[in-house]
Amino acid sequence: MSELIKVPTAAEFIAQGKTPEVLFWVGCSGSFDDRSKKITKAFVKLLNKAGVEFAVLGAEESCTGDPAKRAGNEFLFQMQAMMNIEVLNGYEIKKIVTACPHCFNTLKNEYPELGGNYEVIHHTSFLKDLIANEKLTISGGKFKGKKITYHDPCYLGRANEIYEAPRELIEKLDAALVEMKRSKRNGLCCGAGGAQMFKEPEPGNKDINIERTEEALDTGAEVIAAACPFCNTMMSDGIKAAEKEGKVEVLDIAEMIASAEDL
Amino acid sequence: MEYIPQIIFALILIAGVGYFTSNIRKMIRNIKLGREVDRSDNKKERWAQMARIALGQSKMVRRPVAGFLHVVVYVGFVIINIEVLEIIIDGLFGTHRIFAPYLGGVYDFLIGTFEILALLVLVTVVVFWIRRNAMNIKRFTMGELKGWPKNDANYILYFEVVLMSLFLIMNATDFILQTRGVEGYAHAGEIFGSFPVSQYVAVFFETMTDSTLIIIERAAWWIHIVGILIFLNYLYWSKHLHIMLAFPNVYFAKLKPKGQFTNMEAVTAEVKLMMDPDADPFAAPDPAAMEEEPASLGASDIFDLDQVQLLNAYTCTECGRCTSECPANITGKKLSPRAIMMKTRDRLEEVGAVINKEGEWKDDGKKLLNDHITTEELWACTTCNACVEACPIGIDPLSIIMDMRRYLVLENSAAPTDLNNALTNIENNGAPWPYNQMDRLNWADEL
Ligand code: HEM
Ligand code: SF4
Ligand code: SF4
Repeated sequence: MSELIKVPTAAEFIAQGKTPEVLFWVGCSGSFDDRSKKITKAFVKLLNKAGVEFAVLGAEESCTGDPAKRAGNEFLFQMQAMMNIEVLNGYEIKKIVTACPHCFNTLKNEYPELGGNYEVIHHTSFLKDLIANEKLTISGGKFKGKKITYHDPCYLGRANEIYEAPRELIEKLDAALVEMKRSKRNGLCCGAGGAQMFKEPEPGNKDINIERTEEALDTGAEVIAAACPFCNTMMSDGIKAAEKEGKVEVLDIAEMIASAEDL
Repeated sequence: MEYIPQIIFALILIAGVGYFTSNIRKMIRNIKLGREVDRSDNKKERWAQMARIALGQSKMVRRPVAGFLHVVVYVGFVIINIEVLEIIIDGLFGTHRIFAPYLGGVYDFLIGTFEILALLVLVTVVVFWIRRNAMNIKRFTMGELKGWPKNDANYILYFEVVLMSLFLIMNATDFILQTRGVEGYAHAGEIFGSFPVSQYVAVFFETMTDSTLIIIERAAWWIHIVGILIFLNYLYWSKHLHIMLAFPNVYFAKLKPKGQFTNMEAVTAEVKLMMDPDADPFAAPDPAAMEEEPASLGASDIFDLDQVQLLNAYTCTECGRCTSECPANITGKKLSPRAIMMKTRDRLEEVGAVINKEGEWKDDGKKLLNDHITTEELWACTTCNACVEACPIGIDPLSIIMDMRRYLVLENSAAPTDLNNALTNIENNGAPWPYNQMDRLNWADEL
């Protein structure tokens, strides 16, 4: 990319007397984790290409409180929620898109009761709509004919019953989508949810991400498509453990589309 | 004297139904130990959900073999029990097949259908038994089913075999007695009922004398009806309560997206107060709020769970579909959502037993937390909702796990250390990792 992509903040929009079409909620992982930042950047490139007038909160964004809530710390969750709601309502945000199913679920389902009412969209649904409205084109590029399997994030799939949008995008890449033994509503968790990401697992005979990665590898896929930064981390670790680095890639769907478009 | 059998029957019926009612009353009393929860919303959607999932068995058939077998037992059992109505009326009034003259050909059709269903149920139950005892299916052989749960599952199957066999023996002997025109069975040359199955069973009885046949027929009749009453009273002690509770349980199940967890209202009030710049921290608390005993946050015992969660515990069939989908359990962790439900019911019964004995609840020094469910189980959950999705009768083990975690964290500050570090980070810098909130947009410079 030669031209510089500008990532405006909501504050900058307001300063110019404008309101953004949509707020891109980046999330903690998308903001700080090196691997997840690539997903964030890929998605921003797509937004930019499609000409979407988006804003981010930048330093005014804070954890949605999802890990706190699932860990049982309702107090911390609600503190986070109310702080975020104050900021979002302050900017009169109506529509939010996010690449993190945990943020998506929390913002969409748990914020309304606390005073935060927004239309919240997961980035896979958002991209699907951009393509349907011909704001964005998508071509197979390097994924054409490749075997790809898709891992359903719990908080996108079972939690919110979004199974098809990510799959449709993969099919638009002309890739050969192969399903794992457990998929869609029966999909197996990657092991990160419920704040497990931030603690050691309980004693057992295997780590959950290893079990899930083995299932993905059993399909013979060259790419494991993910739609959640935490799943991405877990599956990437699983690939490392299986010594399949360089042979099998774990990619977010936004990254796949961006790289197919040479962005 | 001729009324003695009818009087005995009436007494047995009253005792059987009476004891059953008193047990169900206890069950309802125990469920009411839980917190009230409002599920009076969306009545239409709730009825539809009940019709689909309980009546229509829609989630059962996701496992085609077990689902199909169960549909046979379920439909068979429900329909055959229409016959119990006639049995009760015959027993009370000393009549023989009282519905037959009124229903005519329909009666023959009904009895014929019952017989075929009885045979199907019999075969199915045998297959159930084989699956449970000889096929090494993991969800039926896991440790948590050792002892009573395993025996309970088999007793029910034996019960069904006995009841269905008695029904067929009763019809077979009755059929012969009717054909022979024996008094009390004959109806002016007409045969009441049709016997597509028991006519073959009759082969075994054909050489017997009338009086022997009458004894067998009466014995089968009595044992059958008494058996049904015993079965009814056995339900309360068994995972078989589900045959009634499945319906209300599905009705009251959560309708919201599975990912939506409850927001604790007590916490909202406190957080709002903390965030309100105009709030006076030294103001006297609301006297109405003072009078109520401060409820604990989260759940450490059944009293802290809500009534739907306790209904869930009584409804659980211990089928283990939840556990067989649980990522924690699959990878060898101690957590099993089925065990969470079984332990909740055990504790509820333990508390109920104290109330039965003492007339009111007296602290027995035990709790659901630690005495039944360990923190190791609770912390192994990824909140993935696979258990909730898998349960064919709308049970939500995850909600119990979450309420207990809340107790651990909010009342005991007892989260695992690394998790506590992440939570402290969120509190201090708005992310679970120790990064500065000011750096949240740094990625934009790398574009
Ligand atoms: C009303 C009459 C019913 C009867 C006679 C009945 C009978 C049975 C029997 C005999 C079993 C044990 C199967 C085994 O040994 O594996 C069973 C299991 C079960 N029943 Fe029912 N049932 C009834 C209603 C229902 C309803 C309305 C539901 C709701 C969907 C239900 C859900 C289940 C489940 C989930 C199991 C465990 C099955 C499994 O192993 O997959 N039952 N039932
Ligand atoms: S929500 Fe928890 S208990 Fe239920 S299946 Fe997932 S990990 Fe297991
Ligand atoms: S909770 Fe549901 S799925 Fe799990 S054992 Fe009980 S009835 Fe079966």
